[in-house]
Amino acid sequence: MSGTTLFGLCAAALVGLGLYGLICQPGALRKILAFNLIGSGVFLLFGVIAQRGGGVLALAGTGADGDPVPQALVITGLVVAFAATAIAVTLLVRLAETSARGTLEGDEPAPPAPAGERRP
Amino acid sequence: MTSALVVDAALVLLVLGLALWITAARAAYGAAVGFVAYGLLLTLIWVRLAAVDVAMTEAALGSGLTGLLLLGAAARLAPYEAAEHQRRPGLGLRVLVGVLCAAIAAGLAAVVLLLPDPAPSQALAVAAHLPATGLGNPVTGVLMAYRAVDTLLESVVLVPALIGVWSLSTEMGWGGRPGFLTPWRSGSALPLLARVLPPFGILVGIHLVWAGADDPGGKFQGAAVLAAMWILVMVAGLREPPRVSDRLMRFLLVVGPLCFIGIGAAGIRLAGAFLAYPEAYAKPLIIAIEVGLTISVTAVLGLLLAGPPVPEPQYQRQSRRRS
Repeated sequence: MSGTTLFGLCAAALVGLGLYGLICQPGALRKILAFNLIGSGVFLLFGVIAQRGGGVLALAGTGADGDPVPQALVITGLVVAFAATAIAVTLLVRLAETSARGTLEGDEPAPPAPAGERRP
Repeated sequence: MTSALVVDAALVLLVLGLALWITAARAAYGAAVGFVAYGLLLTLIWVRLAAVDVAMTEAALGSGLTGLLLLGAAARLAPYEAAEHQRRPGLGLRVLVGVLCAAIAAGLAAVVLLLPDPAPSQALAVAAHLPATGLGNPVTGVLMAYRAVDTLLESVVLVPALIGVWSLSTEMGWGGRPGFLTPWRSGSALPLLARVLPPFGILVGIHLVWAGADDPGGKFQGAAVLAAMWILVMVAGLREPPRVSDRLMRFLLVVGPLCFIGIGAAGIRLAGAFLAYPEAYAKPLIIAIEVGLTISVTAVLGLLLAGPPVPEPQYQRQSRRRS
């Protein structure tokens, strides 16, 4: 087994772990963390495919780089993932500040904060 | 070859162990700390996969800036955390979910093992046409020439993301300063670090952008380093974050995408297609776009971390409480 295949299997395990955390963790911040785990697993799969695609370059004798197309897509994806995480985290902090809870469960008998109320 | 495989296996074990920790840790803060270390180890994997450009983005953005964001949120949300633990699903449900997730992971693993050999690749096509762009780094070539629409949309989507963060401000807070990065208490080593490090950090950031044309690097990596320096200065309390109503800063936020769209539209007339570059000027135009995008991406990344604006009295109170 080559190192590239090993990283591919690692990526598959990361997606599985992240999915488990996304479903089973009650806290919304933990769900965001788990979602980032899934994302990094998917990016790593892209990296494995890029590395395998670079084999033609090695055959042609022009270097040991990977296929630049999936690599560029991953760079784009990382930036967008950061922006999405920033929005999710800000939404969550705002939710916690207005309703004093850090989960997404709506049926909680927690003290309902009237709309528009601000914490002092 | 075998020693390399041992290192790879050790890396994979460390990454999987940290991923387990992130999933299972009791406190969100501990999980976020684990996420930073996890990102740095992933960076090493990216280097092993011969993707140095991605490794730099992962280190700066995926580990550094995302880690800071998550650490800040975990600290803010800690008071609400105790109630969450009782809401954990029961053992039976967790086992069921675990089995199903393991099945998904096994399916993906089977796909990895059954990937076609030789692998389909665009690498030769990219290498064959790279000289026409005047660039030496194939990843930058893909980002700026072959898949420029992706990069354009990505740089544009950052602006709505920031508008989304800003729109979560309270109505009194609109027009004020972002409130997430309140200055840390004075007397710590942070203000000294925030004075010593930025000159070097800014140099490294600009170098990454400039060298990105021919070597690993580029605007996103450089912008992430520059944004980190800006955030360091804001967290240390040496400079306040700008008001969201600041006109100059709003211009800087959109100058990159505007520059990209302008040059892209000029391509319709000069080179026959949107985002096509006339061959003689390809490299200068690409560098102009890269510089514009670096400014905008730096500003957006820094302000995304700085959070929604808060009313001025609240900002002053937070600053005083911390100092």
